[in-house]
Amino acid sequence: MSVNRVLEAARSASQILPARRPFRFREWLERESVFSWLMLTPPLLFLLLFLGYPFCYGVYLSFVSRQVARPPTFVGLGNFVTLWNDPIFWQAVWNTFRFTGAATILKLGGGLAMALVMHQNFRFKGATRAVLLLPFIVPTVLSTVAWQWILDPGMGLFNRGLVFFGLMQQGPSWLGNPTLAMVSVILVNTWRGLPFFGITILAGLQTVPAELMESATIDGAGTWGRFRHVTLPLLMPVIFIVTTFSIIFTFFDFQLVYVLTGGGPANATHLMATYAYVISVTTGQLGLGSAAALAMVPVLGVVLMLMSSYVRRD
Amino acid sequence: MVGELTWVRRLLGLWLPLAALFVFALFPFAWMAATSLKANAELYDPKSNPLWIQHPSLVHYIGLIKESNFFVWIGNTMLVALVATLISLLFGVMLAYPLARMRFPASGLLALSVGVAYLVPQTLLFVPMADLINRMRLGDSLSAVMLTYPTLLVPFSAWLLIGYFKTVPKELEEAALIDGASRWRAMTRVILPLCTPGFLSAGIFAFTLSQNEFLYALLFLNTSSIRTVPVGVTGELIRGDAFYWGQLMAAAFLGSLPVVLIYSFFVKYYVAGLTAGSVKG
Repeated sequence: MSVNRVLEAARSASQILPARRPFRFREWLERESVFSWLMLTPPLLFLLLFLGYPFCYGVYLSFVSRQVARPPTFVGLGNFVTLWNDPIFWQAVWNTFRFTGAATILKLGGGLAMALVMHQNFRFKGATRAVLLLPFIVPTVLSTVAWQWILDPGMGLFNRGLVFFGLMQQGPSWLGNPTLAMVSVILVNTWRGLPFFGITILAGLQTVPAELMESATIDGAGTWGRFRHVTLPLLMPVIFIVTTFSIIFTFFDFQLVYVLTGGGPANATHLMATYAYVISVTTGQLGLGSAAALAMVPVLGVVLMLMSSYVRRD
Repeated sequence: MVGELTWVRRLLGLWLPLAALFVFALFPFAWMAATSLKANAELYDPKSNPLWIQHPSLVHYIGLIKESNFFVWIGNTMLVALVATLISLLFGVMLAYPLARMRFPASGLLALSVGVAYLVPQTLLFVPMADLINRMRLGDSLSAVMLTYPTLLVPFSAWLLIGYFKTVPKELEEAALIDGASRWRAMTRVILPLCTPGFLSAGIFAFTLSQNEFLYALLFLNTSSIRTVPVGVTGELIRGDAFYWGQLMAAAFLGSLPVVLIYSFFVKYYVAGLTAGSVKG
C-alpha cells in the first residue's frame, strides 16, 4: 500500500517536470487576464444590455417617426427639423440654460460660504454636518411636494409670512407667474444641492495644510489675502469637479420640475428633460421624444468642453 | 476686552451663519411636520400660527393609512432599494476588482467607459428603456425597476470601489498567492474584507439614490399596489380639491423617515463616498 503511494507520488512528480505541461483548469483560472475577464463579463453584459443597447436604440429612434403601437418609418433628420421649428423646444433649451446657470452659481456661492463657516472648531461638528446634508438625502419628490405647499399662493408659508410681516397685502402666485415659477424652481434646486457643494468643499478645505496658512500669516497676509491666494487656488480642483458634476445633474434634471410645476405655467419652466418626457409619454411620439432627449448631448458637450478648456488655460 | 472681541467674532462668524444654515436647510421639514399634525380646521385657519401646533392631531396619518396603500409603497421602496443596492455592489465589485488590481489588455479603456457610463443620465435613456422593458414583458412589475436602477448605480459603485481597491497594497495579495491561495481566495479573504468601508459607502449611496429615483418608477409602475413612495405620493395623493395638504405632508414626512434613519447610522460612510471622487480625483 504505502509503497504504491510512494510510486504514485514519484510518477506524478515526474509528470510536472516535462516541458509541455498538460492543460490544467485551475492554472488557467489563475492567469490574470482570464480571472479578470471571468469577473468582468457578467456586469459588462448587464451594462451592454441595459445601457449600451438603449442608447443605440435611442439614437435609432431619433431618426424614425414612431407612434405608440404603429410600425416605425424612417424620416432621416425629420425629427430634428421638427424640433428646430418648434418654439416650445427652444424655450425649453433656454430654460434649461437659465435653470442650470443660476442654480449652479447659487449652489457654488452658498456652498463655499457654508464650507467656510463649517471649517471652524465647534462642538457637534459631525452632527451638524449630518443634519445640514438632509436636504440632499430626503427623496427629491417628497421635499418638492413640501415646497409646493410652502409656495402655495393662499395658505403657503411664504405668502403667509409676507402678509404677516406686512410686506404685502396678498402674496404673489409663486408657481402661476412665469418669472416667479422659474425663480421657485431654481430656489428649490439650490436648496437641495447646496449641501452637496458645502460638504464636498469642506472636505477640500480640510486638506489645505495648516503650515501654508501659518506662513502666509507670518508673511503678513490678512484673512482675505489668505483666502484669495492660498485657500482658493488649492480648492480649485475640488470646486471644478463638484461644479462639473452638478452642472451635469442639474442640466438633466427631471423630477423637480415635473413635480413642482409640470413645466408650466405656459411652458415657462419646461426643461429639455421634461419636454422630452411630454413629447414621448404624453403625446406618444417616441421618435421625436428621443430626438429631443439626444439634443441634450451636444449642448452639454459644448458646456463641458468650454469648462475644461478654461481650466487648462488656468 | 480681547475676550469680548473674540466672543463677538465667534457669534458673527460662526453661530449666526450656522443658525441661518440650519433654518435654511430644515424649515421645509418643520413645515412638513407641523402641517401633518394639524386637523384641517386649524390648518386652513388664516389667523393661526402656521409653524405652531395648538391642537395636535393624527387625523391625517390615520387617513393616509386607511385611504391609501402607503405602507405597501414603503415596503416596495425598501425592497427595490435593497435588491438594487445588492446587485450594484455585486456587479460593482466584479467590475472594480480587476480594473483596480489586475493588468490585462484594454483595462484602461474599460475603466474609462465605466466613468463615461456613470455620467450618462437616465433622462437620455428613458424612451428606449421603456421599450426594452415592455419587450421583455417586465412592464408594470417591481422587477422592471429592480433591473433598471442598477444601470444608474453600477458604474458609480464600480468607480467608487476602484478608488478603495487601489489603496490596498499589492504586496498583500502577492503574499497570499505565494502562500498557496488562489486568486479567488486572495480576493475574498484578504482584499475584500479590508475594503469594508468602501462597500458601506457605495452601499449607502446606492440605497439613498434608489429611494430617490422617480423617472423609471413613474414609467414602469402603474398599478397602485406595486408603486414606490415617490410615484404613489405624486400619483395618488395629489387630488383635485384644495384640502389635501395635511395627508400629503404626513406622507412626505413618513416617507422620508426610513431613509433618514438609515442614513443617520451610516453618515460617516455617506460623506466619505460623497467626497471621495472630488477630493482624491
